Amino acid sequence: MSELKNLKGRRVLVHDMALRDGMHAKREQISTEQMVKVATALDDAGVPLIQVSHGAGLGGNSLQHGFAMHSNEEYWDAVVPKMKRAKISCLLIPGLGTMKELHSAYDHGVRSVHVATHCTEADTSPQHIAYARKLGMDATGFLMMAHLNDPKGLAEQGKLMESYGAQTVYITDSAGYMLPNDVIERVRALRAVLKPETEIGFHGHHNLGMGIANSIAAIEEGASRIDASVGGLGAGAGNTPLEVFIAVCDRMGIDTGCDLFKLMDLTQDVIFPMMDHIVRVDRSSLTLGFAGVYSTFLLHADRAGKKYGLPARDILVELGRKKMIGGQEDMIEDTALTMAKERGLFKDKAA
Amino acid sequence: MTKIKCAIIGPGNIGTDLIYKLKRSPVLDPVWMVGIDPTSEGLKRAREMGLKTTDQGVDGLLPHVLADGVQIAFDATSAYVHKANSDKLNALGVLMVDLTPAAIGGLCVPPVNLASHAKAQAMNVNMISCAGQATIPMVNAVARVQSVGYAEIIATVSSKSIGPGTRANLDEFTYTTSNAVCAVGGARTGKALVIINPADPPMIMRNTIYCLTDDEPDQERIRASVLDMVKEVQKYVPGYRLVNGPVFDGKKVACFMEVAGLGDYLPTYAGNLDIMTAAAARTAEMFATEILAGRYQLKALKEAA
Repeated sequence: MSELKNLKGRRVLVHDMALRDGMHAKREQISTEQMVKVATALDDAGVPLIQVSHGAGLGGNSLQHGFAMHSNEEYWDAVVPKMKRAKISCLLIPGLGTMKELHSAYDHGVRSVHVATHCTEADTSPQHIAYARKLGMDATGFLMMAHLNDPKGLAEQGKLMESYGAQTVYITDSAGYMLPNDVIERVRALRAVLKPETEIGFHGHHNLGMGIANSIAAIEEGASRIDASVGGLGAGAGNTPLEVFIAVCDRMGIDTGCDLFKLMDLTQDVIFPMMDHIVRVDRSSLTLGFAGVYSTFLLHADRAGKKYGLPARDILVELGRKKMIGGQEDMIEDTALTMAKERGLFKDKAA
Repeated sequence: MTKIKCAIIGPGNIGTDLIYKLKRSPVLDPVWMVGIDPTSEGLKRAREMGLKTTDQGVDGLLPHVLADGVQIAFDATSAYVHKANSDKLNALGVLMVDLTPAAIGGLCVPPVNLASHAKAQAMNVNMISCAGQATIPMVNAVARVQSVGYAEIIATVSSKSIGPGTRANLDEFTYTTSNAVCAVGGARTGKALVIINPADPPMIMRNTIYCLTDDEPDQERIRASVLDMVKEVQKYVPGYRLVNGPVFDGKKVACFMEVAGLGDYLPTYAGNLDIMTAAAARTAEMFATEILAGRYQLKALKEAA
């Protein structure tokens, strides 16, 4: 990345995550009224794709991932009819969400889906990607924790997802760990093996403050879809903040079709007042990015830390050391319990 | 002592591990391995371990069933072909132990309901899934103390221990397991989550079981029931261990388990493989004991049209 390429006139499809990834930061407590307010404002600002669901996607309502205020269907029924231009999308993690729930999403007006697997387990997604295509949905293969697979390995996984029918393959930096060169190498490797018509996407987290820089690096290498979240509302230190990204794109001449000032107003007037805590790089979220830990673990680790008298940072570092991946939220309390026992903070009656 | 002769269908991870388990059994004798690929490594391994093999699927086994006295067959293929396999073998009076998520027969978790299946003289029993075998005993340990409105289980298995069949059909795995959490575990509603972790060295199978009780949990009785159930499972899976819990949080009861395998075919991290094959072997042993004692007559079922 010695010299910035001229990206003037490049078209990029932005996909807002605030009403899905942002559910993590709100402990799944966003009302349908808030959903409608944010989604209509995003639609009005020209954002073409808006993800709406439980933070963990289809099937997410659970003790493991928390229960949202409403079912996914209730959220979609409130939001979908209000959209003038934007399409609504959802997330499906095989092993949690199923084809039954995907069918329901389609019936309720959802037209695009991120089918997400860990970056080495793409072969758990063939049923779901094929089913999304059969329903006529825009289907994305979403390779999570992408820093844990090397560029060649990640490209092989992306190729598998393409073979199942994915029209876009995403490099998903779930831990906010990647630096621009990590992104560049992975986009290049994917571009080298995917069909020319298959798009490449990047989904960033801002745990090291690299959300914008990583997204721009991805675009330079040929990515044409970028996930971001208005006001940065998302897990960990949040996703790539949408309004900042759009400002940078405007300066660089990248064509997103989004209205910067409307997004700024939405951020300042609606999103910031919605936040339960300021979503930013702080001690815990910086630990995620530094140690390469799944961003969604943040609030769970804070809670377990308080419950068992341990610093959240110690728990997060241990989870990183044990190579826990997305979906293993149950192991946060388990790890905290084991650490508390070792430190003599907790006596196990059963032992 | 006389042993009941067995056939195994599907020479993958599960089928191969079963050979080891059955060879150690005092009442079971594995004699046939059925595959569909002549170049299969699994069939070669089975031959080296002294089993007869066919690469012609179940049809290749049928002509030998009566001559070789096969009375129990284990199906370790996929949900999609299980029904056909089961119909053909049931027609010859062979009892099916189903290790696919097909679940056309009664769902069996040995320490919870094996005795009732044997009493009912079933001709097809289903072993649900590795996640089901690892977690349903714990759901039942709580539900037998007091009513459970909702149970949720999270199974995490190592990437190396999960074969291509399960990967490509993950939804069947989730549906069958969720259903069994209620039907066998005793919860009114249930949910199953599965996570495949690629860490290297591979992590040992982990399972978390959450139960929401209708009333305040009776902590002492639940703790005692959970510890008793762990001992029951340890009789056939010695590496079944309660790592943390039960943890009580309002009406939520959480148990954090680990399952280490015996290391027969795959290394000990693949406890998911062992708990499935060990449960299937234990189930077959119970039936074999009944057959040998003359209490259970296998009967040929008419092949379904």
